Amino acid sequence: MSTRLASGGRLVDQGQPINFSFNGNTLKGYAGDTLASALLANDQMLVGRSFKYHRPRGIVASGVEEPNALVNLGSGGTFEPNQRATTTELFDGLQATSQNHWPSLEFDVGAINAKLARFMPAGFYYKMFIHPRPLWKHVYEPFIRQAAGLGKAPKVRDEDTYEHFYAFCDVLVVGGGMAGLTAAKSAAASGAQVLVFEQTAHWGGRAPVDGGIVDGTPVDKVVDKLVSELSDMPNVTMRLRTMGAGVYDHGYVLGYEQLRDHAPKAQGPRHRLWRIRAGHVITATGALERPLSFAGNDIPGVMLASAVRDYVVNYGVSPGDRTVVVTNNDDAYRTALAIKHAGLSVPVILDARVPETDSPLMTAAKDAGIRVLMGHGVAKVLGGKRVTGVAVCAQAGEGAILEEIECDTVAMSGGWSPVVHLWSHCGGKLSWDNDFAMFRPDVDKAPTGQDGSGFVSAAGAANGHFGLSEVLSDAHASGGTAAKATGHAKSRRKAPKAESVDEAPMAPVWLMPQGAGVTLRGKAWLDYQNDVKVSDVQLAAQEGFESVEHAKRYTTLGMATDQGKLSNINGLAILSDALDQPIPQTGTTTFRPPYTPISMGAIGGEARGEVFQPVRRTAMYDWHEANGADWEPVGQWRRPLAYVQPGENLHDAVMRETKNVRENLGLLDASTLGKIIVKGPDAGRFLDMLYTNMMSTLKPGKCRYGLMCGENGFLIDDGVVARIDEDTFLCHTTTGGAEHIHGHMEEWLQTEWWDWKVYVANVTEQYAQIAVVGPKARAALEALGGMDVSQEELGFMEWADGSIGGFDVRVYRISFSGELSYEIAVKASEGQAFWDALMAVGAAHDVMPYGTEALHILRAEKGFIMIGDETDGTVIPQDLGLHWALSKKKEDYLGKRAHLRTHMADPTRWKLVGLETTDGSVLPDGAYAVAEGTNDNGQRNVQGRVTSTYHSPNLDKGIAMGLILNGPDRMGEVLEFPGTDGKTHSARIVSPVFYDPEGEKQNV
Amino acid sequence: MSKTVTALNGASWEGGIAHISEAPQQGMITLLGDLTAAAVIKAATGATGQEMPAQGKAQCAGEKGVCWMSPDEVLVLCPYAEIDKTLAKIKADLGDTHSLAVDVSDARALFVVQGPNAREVMAKLAPVDLHPATFTPGMFRRTRMAQVPAAFWMQEEDAFNVICFRSNAQYMFDLLKTAAQPGSEVGYFAAS
Repeated sequence: MSTRLASGGRLVDQGQPINFSFNGNTLKGYAGDTLASALLANDQMLVGRSFKYHRPRGIVASGVEEPNALVNLGSGGTFEPNQRATTTELFDGLQATSQNHWPSLEFDVGAINAKLARFMPAGFYYKMFIHPRPLWKHVYEPFIRQAAGLGKAPKVRDEDTYEHFYAFCDVLVVGGGMAGLTAAKSAAASGAQVLVFEQTAHWGGRAPVDGGIVDGTPVDKVVDKLVSELSDMPNVTMRLRTMGAGVYDHGYVLGYEQLRDHAPKAQGPRHRLWRIRAGHVITATGALERPLSFAGNDIPGVMLASAVRDYVVNYGVSPGDRTVVVTNNDDAYRTALAIKHAGLSVPVILDARVPETDSPLMTAAKDAGIRVLMGHGVAKVLGGKRVTGVAVCAQAGEGAILEEIECDTVAMSGGWSPVVHLWSHCGGKLSWDNDFAMFRPDVDKAPTGQDGSGFVSAAGAANGHFGLSEVLSDAHASGGTAAKATGHAKSRRKAPKAESVDEAPMAPVWLMPQGAGVTLRGKAWLDYQNDVKVSDVQLAAQEGFESVEHAKRYTTLGMATDQGKLSNINGLAILSDALDQPIPQTGTTTFRPPYTPISMGAIGGEARGEVFQPVRRTAMYDWHEANGADWEPVGQWRRPLAYVQPGENLHDAVMRETKNVRENLGLLDASTLGKIIVKGPDAGRFLDMLYTNMMSTLKPGKCRYGLMCGENGFLIDDGVVARIDEDTFLCHTTTGGAEHIHGHMEEWLQTEWWDWKVYVANVTEQYAQIAVVGPKARAALEALGGMDVSQEELGFMEWADGSIGGFDVRVYRISFSGELSYEIAVKASEGQAFWDALMAVGAAHDVMPYGTEALHILRAEKGFIMIGDETDGTVIPQDLGLHWALSKKKEDYLGKRAHLRTHMADPTRWKLVGLETTDGSVLPDGAYAVAEGTNDNGQRNVQGRVTSTYHSPNLDKGIAMGLILNGPDRMGEVLEFPGTDGKTHSARIVSPVFYDPEGEKQNV
Repeated sequence: MSKTVTALNGASWEGGIAHISEAPQQGMITLLGDLTAAAVIKAATGATGQEMPAQGKAQCAGEKGVCWMSPDEVLVLCPYAEIDKTLAKIKADLGDTHSLAVDVSDARALFVVQGPNAREVMAKLAPVDLHPATFTPGMFRRTRMAQVPAAFWMQEEDAFNVICFRSNAQYMFDLLKTAAQPGSEVGYFAAS
């Protein structure tokens, strides 16, 4: 069993006990523990079930590479699934539950899958569930969804907050081990701004556990000294619990800082996403130990040799009383010695190699009285939910059992792989190192920046250097390179020197024993999380999935949340062997960010709750809100759809408002409409190119409605243009169009007509604009007093500056309702005061504010089009019967040439008409008019569609507009519109102008 | 007549790591033109008593100033009460020179972010290098803050003036409060 040792544990404080719970049981740990070390200390080796076969799984690793120990953390608003126990720092009150089992961790029904493993090879789901087709959707998929999955999705809103932070630095060092710290010091000595990230809560990486002497000082003391020196430098920023998540183009790097995961009661955001621009990036990300592939290597109690060492040295935790070490390299001997040093037993070291002479570490192990079997390996691990022993075999053979040795832990080491992820994210290439059987950064093919030179350097173990002395000199040199690359003089200081330790070469071992038969291979796991075995990868190769990317997807190797940190190299070695080709020819799958999963909250940053997205408010927003506004989002703006009064519903309010405008007086907040000033000697010429109709002939003081098309001829915007003076125009745009039409103007001015003398300015927000509409509009304005607003002084489609009720105003006689209408602009800061004045004076004229729905009905009654309803990016003015707005006098305008294309000039394009239901009901929005017959897909042919549809209270019937095949030539014809409600609606083609076709009411 | 109001009526907040407040109304004039033309320089400097700013700079004193917006645009600052007078003077100075000068005072909201952590609050929202050695008083940036366009400058150390569109005022205020929430010090600039 695993347990806490009486003493030791350099990271834990045995004087500070902490209570936490696992699956509802209260357990005890110490300050400084990870959840994994605390679980082991409580003999909780079994921590989860595997994804596919629901096999019992235990803690394998001690860091980010952990594939098995994923837990649900927290509850309610702090619940989070799939958290690695090995990187979760223990705090008082931590709640964890295990995942992917039913009904319990100890007894799991899904484990029956393991008995069926023979029938569930690679590609099982693809092969099994493809036929018969309908069963997939209704039977297989729901069942698999129920059975699958690791953690559960959170059910309630996340309580925590998150933020981003933009940082700029000369040199970013990712990794705070000896390599990172040394590189940081070397770079910082040159004066460069240096930022150092370390993903764990401690500086030093593996060095304090692995040991060593630097310049005569033990390495753990060297770490402390380096950290204190760096912390004192004003040009260095150090961050613990911050991971370099991804490296992108132009030195852009994402950092993921976990601020409160270890201290949930602290104030402030939980995670911070660092968005960094670094001049140069040093990846000092270390290396990960590889498992060995032998039968039963997934039984709880089989762990990475380095992890066993970490638990003993860092946390004072014994994973087991008797630990068998199995290895292909010298490093695992350190584990054997550490275990021995802690007073525990190592019955045997099984070393797959047969060296000619003993290395110093081998000698040390033998001197410590440990039995060492060279050329041996594990035939299979004995045990079920826990290791009980190993069967020993010759590595060279097929697995004949030579002896069985009792143990409760197996510490395995298959060699080390540099963490090349960040190096690779942005295109850094790898080369295969035969001596260490690993991919390492190809230093001549670094990710390149905009000037073609490399902007990432790898340092230390991440660069394929393993001995402490090689690590230090490589890291020191990387720091100098980074300093130089960012324009700083390289420090002339010498690299620190470590005493080197000779190690015997490792030997690649991809399968143990090398001749393992089918039974053993079928129990030798590569990917613990996704349950991929040696036999699965071999089957994939046999079935023709020769590309590593295909084999990955077919077998799911490396596709779990750990992204194959343990399994990838072993898997592609097996694949290479099956394909009989060298490993570098097989290559690796793509390394993609993030290095380990980062929270969705961190990605969203501050954008949640009230600042999830900007809501744009007009000057009268608060008044609308206080007066019953039912809001409609229009772009980022909120506009009142209608003002709902007590006792009425939304529909009632819309009907009331619509009628009142025709009969009395309505006020509309029209502030959101775009207002763009266009000024200069070439302004008229410019607008003639932008609008389809003529604007240069407009007289100062007059207004004209205009249409805008893009280069391809499709309508993009419309609005009223007012000529202010000879050189100046004010262009109104749609609410959603203000910004992009402004951009459209600038683009043409900057890229095509750069020599035209025109300036444009978007002044939309300078003004609050209020439409005063209805037969009583003039009387109300006259009552307020001021400028002359009579028909004689201010006729239809004219504008004037003046004063009304003491406010400086600009009044436009324009109408989108067909009624007598004044659109009045005042300074935004006076908007609310002017609105109040209009409401007060309007009281005697039955004034009511009206919203956008009434606005829509009023314009539809008049047959006025709306950009976004009648147009959808595929509609041209000709479709809408707006030929009158297409100037024939102008030589050119944007869209003119496009309108000549055959498809645009096609007479069978659907055209705008009015539609009136035969029973007075309202047509469903977007409904299609059906035609005879079916198309090639067996669907009903169609001959048109509804673009706008409303109940008109003024006409007391449903009115609609639509685009219909040959519509204008088919007046009076009745079409059928099947609705999604199962009913078929009949509507007659009529003129789109339902109300006041002569236009008398607006021109009074 | 007290009918004019700022977007948020002078809202302020000090519950966090920086003090956030909406500034009183500030006169602002967008001036588009050839920034090397004598008439344009005269218009901008004459109205403010400030030099023409270099690229990315703001030349300000009190409520008056000239801020560099783009190669053909400056923002002229003046007291809100003097906007008509200032605009008239600018137009007179411009004469026939091709240009555009327009009052945008009401199109904007102005906030002040103040305190020793002001830089950090800003750096959470704007992709700008705000290191004290890089961004100094007198510099001006047109950028974005979270999801909206914005511009800012420092008149003095530890105090940012932030301009956004008036319609985004509430969003900006809430955004700044979020970025300044208690316990959210980053400590990135403190070392310097």
